[in-house]
Amino acid sequence: MIQIKHVDKWYGPNFQALKDCTTSVLKGEVVVVCGPSGSGKSTLIKCVNALEPIQGGEIILDGIRVNDPKTDLPKLRSRVGMVFQHFELFPHLRIVDNLCLAQEKVLGRKHDDAVAKGMKLLERVGLTEHAKKYPAELSGGQQQRVAIARALAMDPIAMLFDEPTSALDPEMISEVLDVMVDLAREGMTMMVVTHEMGFANKVADRVIFMDRGEIVEDAKKADFFGKPRSDRAQKFLSKILSH
Amino acid sequence: MLGSFDFDVIRRSLPYLFFEGMRFTLTLTALAAVGGLVFGTLIALMRLSGYRLLGRVAGFYVDFMRSLPLVLVIFWFYFLVPYIGQWLTGASRPITVGAFASSLITFIMFEAAYFSEIMRAGIQSISKGQPAAASALGLTYGQSMRYVVLPQAFRNMLPVLLTQTIVLFQDTSLVYVLSIPDFLGAASKVAQRDGRLVEMYLFAALVYFTISCVASYCVRRLQARIAIVR
Repeated sequence: MIQIKHVDKWYGPNFQALKDCTTSVLKGEVVVVCGPSGSGKSTLIKCVNALEPIQGGEIILDGIRVNDPKTDLPKLRSRVGMVFQHFELFPHLRIVDNLCLAQEKVLGRKHDDAVAKGMKLLERVGLTEHAKKYPAELSGGQQQRVAIARALAMDPIAMLFDEPTSALDPEMISEVLDVMVDLAREGMTMMVVTHEMGFANKVADRVIFMDRGEIVEDAKKADFFGKPRSDRAQKFLSKILSH
Repeated sequence: MLGSFDFDVIRRSLPYLFFEGMRFTLTLTALAAVGGLVFGTLIALMRLSGYRLLGRVAGFYVDFMRSLPLVLVIFWFYFLVPYIGQWLTGASRPITVGAFASSLITFIMFEAAYFSEIMRAGIQSISKGQPAAASALGLTYGQSMRYVVLPQAFRNMLPVLLTQTIVLFQDTSLVYVLSIPDFLGAASKVAQRDGRLVEMYLFAALVYFTISCVASYCVRRLQARIAIVR
C-alpha cells in the first residue's frame, strides 16, 4: 500500500532530516513509528502524502508515485486520511461542517449525503450531540476524535497519524486510542507516529524505530519489544518503559 | 459673538446635506471598502504566493501607493484617466470618465494597498497546520484559501479592517478637490452660497466626529466579543 524507498529529505543545505529511509506498509497492516524527538518520524509521515517534499528516493502510494510532478496531489491526498498532533479542526466551522467541507468540495457529495455520512461517523466516535458546536467548545480528546471522523468521512484507503495523542491531557489519551484500536481491528491500513507503546503492543503489526533521520530498526512487534537489535532502540525502550 | 451666527442655515440645508452629500459619501465609502478588500486580498495572495515575480509586483504596488499623498492620487488620476483610456482604446479624443467613477477607482486602488497589508497579516496569523489539514483532506490551494484560510483571516482582522474603513470614510472628503458634492463638498457649497462658512464647517466637523466616534466604539465592542469567542 505504502512503499518508501531510499528517501532523502533536506531542510536547507545543511540539515538532512531523512537519510536513506526504506520501509513499507502492507494493506491492512498497522505500523507504529517511534523514536526520540527530532528523529524525523513526523517528517517521514508527512512525506507520505507529500505535505513535505522529498529530495531523493521515491514514495509509492497505492501504485502512484507521490513525488512525481505529474501526480494529482489533491486527489491522491483525498484518498489518505491524516490526523495531526494539534487536531487542526477548522475553528470557524461547526463540527458537522468540518466533516462535510471536503466531502462536498473534493468528492462532490451532495450536502445531505455528506451530513448523513458525517453524523454516522460522529456517532461512531461518540460525539453525536456535539454536531452543532464549534471546535473550541470541545475538549482536546473530543476534538481529536472529530479529526479522526473527518478523515474517515473521505473513505480513505489508509490512515496516517502524526502523534495524535501528544497534545492531549493524560485522561483524554485513552478515548482517542480506543477509537484507533477499533479502527486497527477493522483492518484499516495505518501508519502511526506515537510514543504510546501500549497502543503499539496492542495492535501494531510492525514497529519502526527512527533516530537522527534514519530507520534504525524495522521489526515485527514481538521482535521489537522482545529483543531490539540496536543499542539505540534498547535505550529508547528502557527509558520509555521504565515508568 | 455666538449671536451673530445663523444656525438656521444648517436646518434649511439638512435635506441637501444628507440626502445628496452624505449619501454620496457613504456610497463611496462602502463601494471603496468592498472593492479595496477584494483587490487588497488578491494583492496579499500575490505577495504570499511564493512566485517571486508576482510578489515583487504586488510589493512594489503597495509601496508605491503608500508613498503618495492620497489627494495627489485623486487629482492625477482624475486628469490622467481620460488620456490613458484614449491610449488604451485607441479613441480619437480623451474618453469621458465621470467624477464619481474616477474617484471610486482611485479609492479602490489606494485602499487596496492598505487592506492588502491587513489581509497579509491576517493570513500569516493562521497557523501552518490549517492549510496543511486542508491539503491533507484533498482541497486544492485555491479551495484551502477560500474555505479555510481566508474566512479565518478575515474574521481575525475584522476590527482592523473596520477601523481602516472609518479612516476611509474621513478620507473620502478629499474628493472635494474634484468639486464633487460629497458631504463636505455639499456643506462647503452651502457655506459659500450663504456666506456662512464657520457654521457649516463646524457642523460638518461635528457630523464626521460623531459618526466616526460611534463607529469606533462599535468596533471596540466587536473586538471584545471576538476576543471572547477565540
